[in-house]
Amino acid sequence: MTITAKANSLWEYANPRKFLATSERLLPFFWLASTTCLVVGLVWGFFFTPDDYKQGSTVKIIYLHVPSALMAINCWLMMLAASLIWLVRRHHVSALAARAAAPVGIVFTLVALVTGAIWGQPMWGSWWAWDPRLTSFLILFLFYLGYVALWEAIEDPDTAADLTSVLCLVGSVFAILSRYAVNFWNQGLHQGASVMRVAAVTGSDTEEKVSNIYFFPLMLCIVGFVLLFIALVLYRTCTEIRARRIKALLARERANA
Amino acid sequence: MIPDLGKYTETVLSAYGISIVLLVALVVLSVMRGRRVRTELKSVEQRMSRDG
Repeated sequence: MTITAKANSLWEYANPRKFLATSERLLPFFWLASTTCLVVGLVWGFFFTPDDYKQGSTVKIIYLHVPSALMAINCWLMMLAASLIWLVRRHHVSALAARAAAPVGIVFTLVALVTGAIWGQPMWGSWWAWDPRLTSFLILFLFYLGYVALWEAIEDPDTAADLTSVLCLVGSVFAILSRYAVNFWNQGLHQGASVMRVAAVTGSDTEEKVSNIYFFPLMLCIVGFVLLFIALVLYRTCTEIRARRIKALLARERANA
Repeated sequence: MIPDLGKYTETVLSAYGISIVLLVALVVLSVMRGRRVRTELKSVEQRMSRDG
């Protein structure tokens, strides 16, 4: 199959029936795999890793804080891709997928903010600091809330999809800032990347990186969060497609009455 | 059963407790809404096919 043919076959999933049928087949795998990875990763991290020499047992918060923060940003980037597809190709499923992902992003952002505050209190002596990364993350959270509110506020679904897509484009600045703020500005309490930094792995920099004792269960938790995100977005998109069909059927019924 | 978390016991347990409650609530609420919408769609489709 050529690349063009493969790309064209991808658009078949813009058909709601095809999307529903494929999702129904894939969902059991994603639910099972995400639960397994999360349970094994969290149990491994919580029960079978030692305390850190600097941070004590608070290092165990890393298994929730890092994956949730990572997925909070990636969720918005997924919504950005779906919004662009809606704006360019007008596929309803992509707009509904972006809508379905937003509450998942809200919860992941909230988990990252709460665990960050709880972790920060004993380590920094403060629950919160107006640090570039923390502030951009808080603004991202507010964008998530605004995005959901905008969907709810506008009755016509196509207009809502248009306006929320534009909001998503604007909010992407903060999604990117949340990830790279520590590289742009040196001030602030939040540390730079220490989990997946190529230079640290290859040995070309000497900055501290997460020890392998913590790295492997953390990777399992990250995979678990990614799979949970996929499962939730597929499931919730199916729900949005069905809800939209109900609206269309009821509108047709009213028109015929 | 729970490992010795030293002076940070409350800190670590509260982080895990809040996160797990939020994640479980998200899954449960998503599944509940999904089932409700699926049932509603079935009943609307049945009613419409019955009424022609």
